[in-house]
Amino acid sequence: MQIYLPIAEVSVNAFLLLGLGGLVGVLSGMFGVGGGFLMTPLLFFIGIPPAVAVATEANQIVASSFSGVLAHVKRKSVDFRMGTVLLIGGLVGAALGVLVFNYLKSLGQVDLLVKLCYVVFLGIIGALMFVESLNAIRKSKKPGGAPKRKQRGWIHALPFKMRFRTSGLYISVIPPLIVGVAVGILAAIMGVGGGFVMVPAMIYLLGMPTKVVVGTSLFQIIFVTAFTTLLHATTNFTVDMVLAVLLLVGGVIGAQVGTRIGTRLKAEQLRILLAIMVLAVCGKLAFDLLLMPSELYSLGASGGH
Amino acid sequence: MLRALALLITLALPASAEEVVLGLSQTKVSITTNFDGSEIFIFGAVKRETEIPTGDPLQVIIAIQGPSEPLTVRRKEKRYGIWINTEAVEVDAAPSFYAVATSAPFADVLSATEDLRYKISIPRAIRSVGAPMEVADSQSFTDAVIRIRKANDLFQVHEGTIEFNEETLFRTSIAMPANLTEGVYSTRIFLTRSGKVVSEYETEIEVSKVGLERWLFTLSRQQPLLYGLLSLAIAIIAGWGASAIFTVLRRN
Repeated sequence: MQIYLPIAEVSVNAFLLLGLGGLVGVLSGMFGVGGGFLMTPLLFFIGIPPAVAVATEANQIVASSFSGVLAHVKRKSVDFRMGTVLLIGGLVGAALGVLVFNYLKSLGQVDLLVKLCYVVFLGIIGALMFVESLNAIRKSKKPGGAPKRKQRGWIHALPFKMRFRTSGLYISVIPPLIVGVAVGILAAIMGVGGGFVMVPAMIYLLGMPTKVVVGTSLFQIIFVTAFTTLLHATTNFTVDMVLAVLLLVGGVIGAQVGTRIGTRLKAEQLRILLAIMVLAVCGKLAFDLLLMPSELYSLGASGGH
Repeated sequence: MLRALALLITLALPASAEEVVLGLSQTKVSITTNFDGSEIFIFGAVKRETEIPTGDPLQVIIAIQGPSEPLTVRRKEKRYGIWINTEAVEVDAAPSFYAVATSAPFADVLSATEDLRYKISIPRAIRSVGAPMEVADSQSFTDAVIRIRKANDLFQVHEGTIEFNEETLFRTSIAMPANLTEGVYSTRIFLTRSGKVVSEYETEIEVSKVGLERWLFTLSRQQPLLYGLLSLAIAIIAGWGASAIFTVLRRN
């Protein structure tokens, strides 16, 4: 069944979108990732204009992270105070990100920026995950439970300290603010929640306990992606509601199914599969940039000057 | 004597004694949620008070043109090992859709000077202003517009596809693709003889989003903040709803 997307102004198969939403939803449920970093490139591949894909995906992440955070609130594994500090940074970052996005759009370089960001980040994350899960399989057990609490030195020397009771931390607000800004910029440019960058940063940089990390990052992601959605909707008019609804219907159902599959399979093998998939998407995008395109010219709406 | 007079009048009359009477299968194309392109049948007849003039046969050209808009055409070049957009050329006005159908090969139905005058062929329908000084081959940018739009079925040339019977009745159909833009599509019909336009007729086809498509598009442009908030509300409700439904399902 073909469906016409009013903002993207293309006609696509509705079941393809539902399927994509479901597939990425299953993956996000299985691996506990937002899935934005897979969905946005997939939308590029099926011919959704990148600007629309990025803005609409931000809207879809609001739905999936809201669904996820509810479970964490019940388990009391959300550090609202830390979340709020990260959020303040995130909003500043998102605003900066949309500014950069719009500036490059006027230069005709926005596709390049988005794709480069994807190649770099998917490459890094995919390679790290691949190596880490290979090591894990070799040891045939998970690497040690609690992460090392390092880098206490300079982080403790910074001013504006604040107590985060849920995380059991007494640290300066500057590092969380910087992490928030960085994630906000990524969210706006790449149309992702940024959880895949924020989670490692919270564990290794801020030294937060693992059990509150996912809930807190989801809490922050809801607001940052909501803000990004509004900014894209009001400045670029690129949020496609029909596309978003199709993706999120597939996504929320898929996520619930994925959570169940995930509990039955071995974690290391799952992660290696995810790593291979991430690297494949990264490779496809990188090849598109490196190989000579079949059509050297592209058309864009005028008036960007 | 009377017959001779009639013949004399016929010869003296300008060629526009032949006129088009036109029918369209639809004058309005509605882009609905399940819009998947539209095929328009165009049929008509040549009205004339006199006999068919002898000499070269009459030919028909039909051109449908979507709303024109300025375009930026960018060219990729290899820089730092990757392909990125470098040079750009502004095209003053390029139709978002253009289909031209003829009753015989293009060169036989229209002369170059008449094409220049009526802007019928695709290259003539695109208007390009001066390219920036640093761009040497601006023609290749205009060619690119034609090539890309042809690949997307937005520019179509159908030579000799109009069925034209007894130099009187003609019909053809033109398929409009799913990726249409909104606006008024002007439909021009030309009658030509020996490459010269002898009669011209113009009508309009209106292409517009309707229903939900119309409502969402208008809302996103006129009330962007409200549109954004509505998108968020749907996302929050869907997220909460999915979580609530599956909690209930798990309990049972």
